[in-house]
Amino acid sequence: MDISLQQVSYAYAKDTPFEKRALYDVDLLIPSGSYQAIIGHTGSGKSTVLQHLNALLKPTEGVIRIGSTEVVAAKKNKKLREIRQKVGIVFQFPEHQLFDETVLKDIMFGPMNFGVPEEEARQRAIELVRLLGLPEEVMEKSPFDLSGGQMRRVAIAGVLAMNPEVLVLDEPTAGLDPRGRKEIMELFYRLHQEKGLTTVLVTHSMEDAARYADRIAIMHNGQCVLQGIPQEIFSDEDRLMDYRLELPQSIKFQKKLEEMMGKKLSTLCLTEETLAEELARLMKKEREI
Amino acid sequence: MKREIISLQEVTFTYAEEDTGVRPAIQNVSYTINDGEWVAIVGHNGSGKSTLARLMNGLLFPQTGTVRVFGEPLNEQNLWDTRSKMGMVFQNPDNQFVGATVQDDVAFALENNGIPFEEMVERVQASLVKVKMSDFMNSEPHHLSGGQKQRVAIAGAIALQPKILLLDEATSMLDPQGREEVLQTVHQLRKETDLTVISITHDLEEALLADRVIVMNQGKKYAAGSPQEIFERGQELIDLGLDLPFAMNMSRLLRAQGVQIGADHMSEEELVNDLWTSHFNK
Repeated sequence: MDISLQQVSYAYAKDTPFEKRALYDVDLLIPSGSYQAIIGHTGSGKSTVLQHLNALLKPTEGVIRIGSTEVVAAKKNKKLREIRQKVGIVFQFPEHQLFDETVLKDIMFGPMNFGVPEEEARQRAIELVRLLGLPEEVMEKSPFDLSGGQMRRVAIAGVLAMNPEVLVLDEPTAGLDPRGRKEIMELFYRLHQEKGLTTVLVTHSMEDAARYADRIAIMHNGQCVLQGIPQEIFSDEDRLMDYRLELPQSIKFQKKLEEMMGKKLSTLCLTEETLAEELARLMKKEREI
Repeated sequence: MKREIISLQEVTFTYAEEDTGVRPAIQNVSYTINDGEWVAIVGHNGSGKSTLARLMNGLLFPQTGTVRVFGEPLNEQNLWDTRSKMGMVFQNPDNQFVGATVQDDVAFALENNGIPFEEMVERVQASLVKVKMSDFMNSEPHHLSGGQKQRVAIAGAIALQPKILLLDEATSMLDPQGREEVLQTVHQLRKETDLTVISITHDLEEALLADRVIVMNQGKKYAAGSPQEIFERGQELIDLGLDLPFAMNMSRLLRAQGVQIGADHMSEEELVNDLWTSHFNK
């Protein structure tokens, strides 16, 4: 399911004295099956874009197409329910949305609300508890007795239980410890690959954007100022600085080395692993000369 | 001469006193923090870091063991006096504002403590200058960026002229620039004053800045030492759910690729120099 934004503008509290424009003429295409990162400084409009992706907000101008459904300002949409099922959003600190008595009931709530029979919803919930690497004994526990990292996983399971085709992630690892962060990011990547889930990641982490995304869009002052593959996006440091963003650590380090060596590696290294490989290759070549 | 400012002696704390099946949040932990030190307390989610913060400022009291602050065992009587000398900055920048403007907010605690008006005005200004937020005196707090908000929160804490500044994951919700701003501010404050800083964090780059690091694991003190000593443990830290600073991680990855590296380097400069002298500059 492709999602496209065409000339989308949005103003909060439109036609009131408090009107505040948040988006200006945003064009963005998220093809089905892609892993799209949206990066940008705090206040750049990332979160406003995110809320358009399942029509929580409707554009004040312009058109959003979510699959075959068109969302425009003027029209009332009857298909919003369907959109909300197909586009799952994991908000920041999703564990704040947990509410039910047990972990299983909490995960089952979404699908049952959409008419999935109880037994089927229970099966899905059990599978998800396993998929997310939660211990089996948590299923009948109150979600509020779990650790922060476990609560985060339960909340994510609640979104996955809807069987979405598109998964939208808003800073999904904020507040987690390094291992928790890595595990959750790897899990989303696996879902993206194995289930072909279209994934949209809104993040402050240039490292995560470089490592996982196949396309990156930069938001700045409410506009989508740049789109491309990670190699392109991270090729121009000065331009990133204009948008108050930085290079991923691996590329920063690569540049320092290149400056010292007076020569360039053959590729921009998006992860520490590729940088290590590239350097090892280069040294081997130097030795052979 | 090093003087103790906070110490924990064999402290045990559990949230579920009746239920012995639950592991205590803090188990037999002892440490001493000296006047003027910057100590980072690191650990995975659920390791007991935040419980330690609450024990140190008297939001919680241990079931066994003693918490001493400024040389006295912390109790209900000296609690308020102690807290007035201890500034706190919490994780979520949006949860700690009370004032309508930045300067009102910084003045709040001073007003509560009965500081005379003239002195209050001076202290508010001086604190905001220290965190480089004096241009925003009359701004509304919710219009600031995350990093700016946390700097205002620090100004509010230091306006009381505390002996100790306790940062409870104060940078974990910020973007990279906001984090940098806050850490720079703390760094600068430490240069200018004899403030003791305790930062509770799982940001390893933040821990690198500290004089000493205490590693918590499953409610117990796992290790303590200088950042060098701690990070030399390498894989052990990863097994605890933590991470290594970028340069160390890179050193390890390069070695795995068969590249000869002198040591696991802490800083990028060291690693660049090592690579340059031993591999390219021939």
